[in-house]
This record gives sequence, structure tokens and C-alpha cells, in this order.
Amino acid sequence: MSTTASYSVSTATRASTIAGALGLVLVVGLFVAPAFISRSLIQDLFFIFTMLTLAQFWNMLAGYGGLVSIGQQAFVGIGAYTLFASSILLGVDPVFAIVLGGLAGLALAVPTAFFAFRLNGAYFAIGTWVIAEVVRLLVAQWKAVGGGTGTSLPRSVRSEIVFTETIESLSGVRAAAARDILAYWLALILVISAIAGIYWLLRTKRGLALAAVRDNMEAAKSVGVDALRMKWVVFLSAAFGTGMTGALIYMQKARISPDAAFSVTDWTAYVIFIVVIGGIGTIEGPIIGVLIFFLLQSALSDYGSWYLLILGLIGIAVMLFAPRGVWGLITDKTGIQLFPIRRTLHFKNNKEEG
Amino acid sequence: MIWVNTIVQGILLGGLYALFAAGLSLVFGIMRLVNLAHGDLIVLGAYLILVIVTLLGLHPLLAVLIAAPAMFVLGWVLQKYMLNRVLGDDILPPLLVTFGLSIALQNALLEGFSADSQRLPTGALASASLDIGGLSVGVLPLLTFASAVLVVLVLNRIFYTTSLGRAFRATSDDAVTASLMGIKPANIFAVATGIAMIIVTIAALYLGMRSNFDPNIGPARLIYAFEAVIIGGLGSLWGTLLGGIIIGLAQTIGAAINPEWQILSGHIAFLVVLIFRPRGLFPRATD
Repeated sequence: MSTTASYSVSTATRASTIAGALGLVLVVGLFVAPAFISRSLIQDLFFIFTMLTLAQFWNMLAGYGGLVSIGQQAFVGIGAYTLFASSILLGVDPVFAIVLGGLAGLALAVPTAFFAFRLNGAYFAIGTWVIAEVVRLLVAQWKAVGGGTGTSLPRSVRSEIVFTETIESLSGVRAAAARDILAYWLALILVISAIAGIYWLLRTKRGLALAAVRDNMEAAKSVGVDALRMKWVVFLSAAFGTGMTGALIYMQKARISPDAAFSVTDWTAYVIFIVVIGGIGTIEGPIIGVLIFFLLQSALSDYGSWYLLILGLIGIAVMLFAPRGVWGLITDKTGIQLFPIRRTLHFKNNKEEG
Repeated sequence: MIWVNTIVQGILLGGLYALFAAGLSLVFGIMRLVNLAHGDLIVLGAYLILVIVTLLGLHPLLAVLIAAPAMFVLGWVLQKYMLNRVLGDDILPPLLVTFGLSIALQNALLEGFSADSQRLPTGALASASLDIGGLSVGVLPLLTFASAVLVVLVLNRIFYTTSLGRAFRATSDDAVTASLMGIKPANIFAVATGIAMIIVTIAALYLGMRSNFDPNIGPARLIYAFEAVIIGGLGSLWGTLLGGIIIGLAQTIGAAINPEWQILSGHIAFLVVLIFRPRGLFPRATD
């Protein structure tokens, strides 16, 4: 008689299975929601989805890749401007131009990484910021899209966006509301793809390599992880996603200027606070963070600069006293993980007659 | 002759950027900390001088003598009670804390002083100029440049000839071993940030006397300072001065060709240096 121990490896936990089922219900609910909710709520949710997408990509860079970028506004801006330029100058439908925005982000990420990867750690952060400034100053010279003052999506372009007529006739809302619903659905698709894509990446072999590089680059290299290649993979995917998000945000806004599209406050500072307050290095963190951020903004938006002052102080306090953010506090207390990536071994003892 | 003038102006402007950068360079050299609120602290210094000038009716050159010790204390407290807590192998916490500080400071200044741009009163100094070999050179830019050279000289002197400097170098090399020799790294770091804040106040003085300032201009000053530090090479103060001069020259020459290119030219000079000398012109630190 011999005993062989066999085992299986899995990452699922009971909480994650339940969360997965609830998540599915939530997603279906959010897709049909525009039929029931008001236009202002649709716009609020659009804001939440797009900020969450940006936050997930920044979190992937900083929390998993160890690449603290303060220059993500470069990709938001270039994506947005690509949408405006291709739809105004070339007549591309804005919905398809969103993909072009992502590709433009990707294209910009190559030279950005070439420069910024020469800088380590903290200097990488400011290096990306310098490049975002360079891109902003260059775009401000581009007269065809309004130069320094910016431009609007012409009515002729806005009225011909695909699917809007279908939405109009199906739901009986006006064109402007139909465009909001379209933008909402696109944002929902984008945020779900971002979360699913990042979660998938983290669970693959590459995700393991990524965590190894973040925790100890030298040790990771010594076991054969190509650290630089991982950095490129993460940086380029974040740039692609951030570019698409930027394009979508400005398709909905329909008005652009270099200072707004390349704003370090709107597209990087807010995003950093969302990730830090929610909990960096987790997928759940940014989701919690964006909800807290939205509530704070709704409560304090009348107080102007007080709002950002308070947000800055909260960010500092979280970093000093709870560096793993709100989600970190929750997991410490409960051990719940909704998006588990840690692999656990399950042993099964099989007795075989010999 | 116009070109000679442009180049002289560029070099003198570089003095201002070197002043922005010297504090950043000092702090990075000793504790590998990049303070993202550096630019906003310069702006805070300028407002502090403005308040002293307004309340006491002093000339800014005298007001700085009151502002500098106050900023030293602020830097000391900031380092001792906040930044020391986040120093470590992980670069993320100090970056995010100083970024939060930057946003908080900007908006506190906006709340306190509004977005209107301000300027320090300089009296006759603003328009005074010297005639040097047919070139008319402003006294204020000359003073700025001289102060930058003096700051670098004094800092190097502190670094290499005093016991405080020895403690700085020892902590920079190996904080654990230094603490075995009776040095308290936490206090050394606090003093270093305090000194950096004195330099920040000097930078703020010239910033406020030479141009308008408002609460939002901090981040751009941080970027110029950062570019100067990287061009010069991490840890070299003379390198930082040269880095400032290169940014100043690039901006002035760019502006002479097309006024819209001023800022852009400075950034491009930085990127060009980064291609050919990724570790700067005079690298000293190994990281």
C-alpha cells in the first residue's frame, strides 16, 4: 500500500466566489441601469467609471510595477487630442477614434519609456512629468486643433456618432442624453475590461514576475525574470488604456484645451489620491477609493480649494498611518479578498492499493 | 552683440534655477528623498517674505533674515515629524506624502492669498543695471547669480570642513553605521531639511523680486530644479549650478528665437542631456 499526496493550486477563496457572483449581477444591473436612472446619475457614474479606469491603470504601474508616474496626464491628453484631431480633421467616428486614442497613447509611451526608464525611482516620477509638460507645450502649438485655447467637437461630428440614433429611437430620449448613455456604456465596458485585464495579467506567470520585480528587482533578475521587459509591458499597457480613457472622457465633454487635457491635478493627482486612500497594490483599493473620492467631491465641491487641501491632507494621513489604505484596513480585520492573486495549495491524500 | 547679451542673461537666469535646485540636491544627496513639494515650499517662502514686508515695512533683503530661520524651523519639523516616518527602501511613501503636501500647500496658499499674482517690492533695485564692457546687466540678476555661487560655496564648505558636514556624509554613506558612532540620523536629516529650507527662502526672495508669483507656480519651479539636479549629476552641487545654467541658457536662447519656445527649450535641453549622459554631467552618487 502506498500513499501519494496530490495537490491542486488555486487562487479562489469563498469570498471571491461570492463576490464574483454578486459582481456579475452588478454588471448586468449597471448595463440596464440607463433605462431607469436620471441623466445626472448617468453622468456621475460615467465620471466614476472613467476615474476608476485611470486609477486601475495607475495602480498597475505604481502598486504592481513599482513605476510611480506623475505623467499619466500625457496619455489622457494625447488620447483626447487624437480623438478630436481624427474626428475633426479626418472624419473618423469618435467611437472608433477612442481606439486610435489608445494607440496614440501607446505610440507616445515608447519614447517616454525610452527617456524615463533612464531615471530611477523618484526621479522617474518627475521625469514622466517633464515629458507630459513637453507634450502639452507641443500640442498647444498645434493650430489645427485650436492651439493654446483648444477647440470643441463640431455639431456635425457630435450628431453623427454611431449608435446614438438607435439609442434615441429605442429610449425616446434627446440626442444629448443619448450621447451620455452611449458614453456611459463605453465607460462601463472600458472599466470592466480594465479590471478583468489587470486581474488576468496578475494571475498569469507575468503577474508573479511583476510582483517579484516590485519587491526585489535584483532577486527577481537572479531567478531569470526579465525586469526591464516587465516594466515595458506594464508601462505600454497602462498607456494604451489611459489613452483610450482620455479619448472617451473628452468625447463626452466635447470641449478640449491643452491645460485641461494635460492637467496634472485632474488626471494624476486625483487618481493618486483614489489609489492611495483606497489601498495601493490591490484591485479592490481603487474601487473603494473612487467611491470615497466621489462622496468627498460631492460633499466638498462647493468649498473650492478647501476640497483639494483636505484631499491632500487625507492622502498624507493615509500614507503615514494606514499605508495600505482603507482596503488594507478591511483585509487586516477580516481577511477578505475579492480579487485574490495569492496561490494556495490544497492537499488531497489519495490512498491507493498496491 | 544681441547674442552675447542673450547668453549672459541665460547664464544669470541659470543662477536662479540653481538656487531652486540646491535645496533639492542637498536633501537628495543626504537622504535620497525627492521632495515633490519643493516648488510649493519656494512659493510659500515668497509669501512669507511678502507678509513680513507688508507687516513690518522692511525691504525684502532684510525680511529674508526673519523668514529664513522660520523656514528652517518649518523644514526641521516637517522632516522630524513627517518625512522621517516614511523614509526607507520603498520610494512610494515619501513620494506620495510629499505629493499630498504639494497639493495641500498650493490650495492652502490659494485659500489664504487668492490666485492674484503678487510681487515683492524692490524699490530702485529692480531697474538698476551695470554697464559691463558695453553690455547692460541688471543688478538683480547679478545678485541672484552671486547668491547661487555663494550658496554652493558655503554648502560645500559645510559638507567638507565641519563636523556637521562629516555627519551628513557619514549618514549619507551608511545611516546604520553612522548611528553606531553616536550620530542620530533622524536629527541629521531634520537639520539637512532645515538648511534646504534656508536655501529655499533665498530662492524665494529672488523669485519674488524678479517676477510675479501666485500659488500655482510651484510645480513648474520643482521641474526646473529637478532638471538642473539631473543635468548636473546627482550629489554634485557644482554640477547643480551648471545644470541651472544650462536650463537658463536653453530657455533664454529658445525665447530669443520664438517667445513661445522658452519653457519647451529648457525641457528639450534636459532630454538631450538625458540621452547622452543619463547620469548627468558630474555624477557622484551611485544611485
